[in-house]
Amino acid sequence: MSWTRKILRVNLSKGSCTSEPLNMEWANLYLGQRGLASKYLSEEVDPTCDPLGPDNKMIMATGPLTGTMASTAGRYSVITKGPLTGAIACSNSGGFFGAELKFAGWDMVIFEGKSDKPVYLLIQDDNAELKSAEHMWGKTAWETDDIIHATHQDPQMRVACIGRTAENGCLYAAVMNDKHRAAGRSGVGTVMASKNLKAVAVRGTQGIGNVDDAEAFMSATGDGKAVLAENAVTGQGLPAYGTQVLMNVINGIGGLPARNMRDVGFEGAENISAEAMAEPRKSDGKPNLTTNGACFGCTIACGRISTVDPTHFSVKDKPQYQGNSGGLEYEAAWALGADTGVDDLDALTYVNFLCNEDGMDPITYGATVAAAMEMFEDGVITTKETGGVELRFGDAKAFVAITEQFVNGGDFSADLGLGSKRLTEKYGKPDLSMTVKGQEFPAYDPRGIQGIGLNYATSNRGACHLRGYTIASEVLGIPVKTELNDTDGKPELVKAFQDATALVDSAGLCIFTTFAWGMDNIAPQIDAACEGDWSVENCLETGERIWNMERLFNEAAGFTADDDKLPKRLLEEAIKDGPTKGQVNRLGEMLPKYYEVRGWTADGKIPKETRQRLSL
Amino acid sequence: MNVNIEFYASLMKYLPPGKSRFRREVSVEDDITLSRLIKQFHISEAEAHLVLVNGHFVNCGEDRDQRKLVEGDTISIWPPVAGG
Repeated sequence: MSWTRKILRVNLSKGSCTSEPLNMEWANLYLGQRGLASKYLSEEVDPTCDPLGPDNKMIMATGPLTGTMASTAGRYSVITKGPLTGAIACSNSGGFFGAELKFAGWDMVIFEGKSDKPVYLLIQDDNAELKSAEHMWGKTAWETDDIIHATHQDPQMRVACIGRTAENGCLYAAVMNDKHRAAGRSGVGTVMASKNLKAVAVRGTQGIGNVDDAEAFMSATGDGKAVLAENAVTGQGLPAYGTQVLMNVINGIGGLPARNMRDVGFEGAENISAEAMAEPRKSDGKPNLTTNGACFGCTIACGRISTVDPTHFSVKDKPQYQGNSGGLEYEAAWALGADTGVDDLDALTYVNFLCNEDGMDPITYGATVAAAMEMFEDGVITTKETGGVELRFGDAKAFVAITEQFVNGGDFSADLGLGSKRLTEKYGKPDLSMTVKGQEFPAYDPRGIQGIGLNYATSNRGACHLRGYTIASEVLGIPVKTELNDTDGKPELVKAFQDATALVDSAGLCIFTTFAWGMDNIAPQIDAACEGDWSVENCLETGERIWNMERLFNEAAGFTADDDKLPKRLLEEAIKDGPTKGQVNRLGEMLPKYYEVRGWTADGKIPKETRQRLSL
Repeated sequence: MNVNIEFYASLMKYLPPGKSRFRREVSVEDDITLSRLIKQFHISEAEAHLVLVNGHFVNCGEDRDQRKLVEGDTISIWPPVAGG
């Protein structure tokens, strides 16, 4: 088994840290990370609780493969009830923190209660203690990381922490780790702040010594790496261009939303694309993209390391932002760029740095600013609300100004921190929020691409591409090409992607491996690492079990089939021009069939027989 | 006749000299098929992973062999890429 079989339980109200055995019965049903931690959350937390109250819990969880030699096995997740949505939240991150937690000997850390004063958790192998973080409160995530490293003088120590936006109550704050990686979505960082927990610092020296069948594991992981290396997408496309290469693809097919999804197709897309990031600029001859980067154990290396043009208005007098840092990836580039109508690559890179520095989800942040821009252009809000900023689509200077105001807690920051659902409701324009279950869409318009709309509508954590990335099939032809505007077969496609993703997340692997790997590549790696039966069939059933368990949590929290819906704009306002002209999303054609293939009732409930089939 | 070609990512190296980042207007023989145009620019079948004509996918194989281009068409080509 690759589980350490140990959980660290941290009671922040009492200030205690205790070790307890992992529930192996649950591990055999839910594998690890997303699945297993969601099981713990479901058992220990009342789904109706206040997400920001002491009764909510927050779990940092690794998978059984996290920290092993399997490619991309550096993932961990933060699982809690999310404040942005009120639904179960699971935000997955790469970097090096997850593997270090495993090396310290822990499968997961469960945080409960609330500390009286700001604290951080220090884990050094088996030893865990809460320490004062009063001197870090009010600091950015980057400053916090630096303070912890300066205090403990161990460059190998890994830090996950929150920035100022979480402390200020922004409902979509992230947990940042290794400075540039984020458990970004649904406001998991806001929950961390609500517990007065500023950071988790971990150093592990124990390695992974308990793989079930080491020889078979060597063989299976070696085979998996060969597949990734030989595949044109994972071996060449992603390392060279990153996820940002999609900007022109999605724009080209008529699936790129723009200006708060008012339009589809963005005339500035090429200026903020992967290809533009690779072009030398006039001022210093350097491109925006310095190099690619890899998370722990990853043989793909899709990460972007970038600089902003030092002569650009955003950083001209700010040398601290002129060096290399985490660059734009596709979803962030879309939300910060196309959705706000801004095509200034340097401005977007700088705003992305600020999202990392102060820990907020760039998708929800960009989409919330976009909703505010639409309200500003419609005269619903004015400079009175925005602290003097003329917040219009396409204005890079206004976007930079509002972001600097936001991270520093300025006039409009409390409003922007609400996310677009609450923001537009506050000003009487709820139809301008492009969300499902309160969470903002990523970078694919469901009017142009039918299946992703069904995935968004049914995603357990609100609108999210990473819960079932049907774009792989509908656009990229992986594993097989399906037609963009067809609805036939999409319910089955969405279910298959959702279940497989739940399993991959729960193993501790990166979902990007699935551009090359099928379940027949993944299952042997899990099976060799873990005791028990981890055949392809069992892996797929485990993914389905996890999906249904998350749904049951949401059902108990008060969600119904009425929440499996898309905004009116995407169902009724047809695309105005381009190759997808005239299209809307036809969710009504897909949703009943989706419920049927899931074995749910016509009103989206999970009946007893389906629960029994899945041992729920 | 004239058509517009757009080559992206690693296929940009196949673009004839010009000012635009991705796009060139080129003169081709009348009734040229999509497959033939792709070969004319030395792009292999494996490299031409995603091919759009006027924003609509054309699958590899027979569809590209049989697809005749017309004046003013825009052909966009990507190698195997992904994101998310």
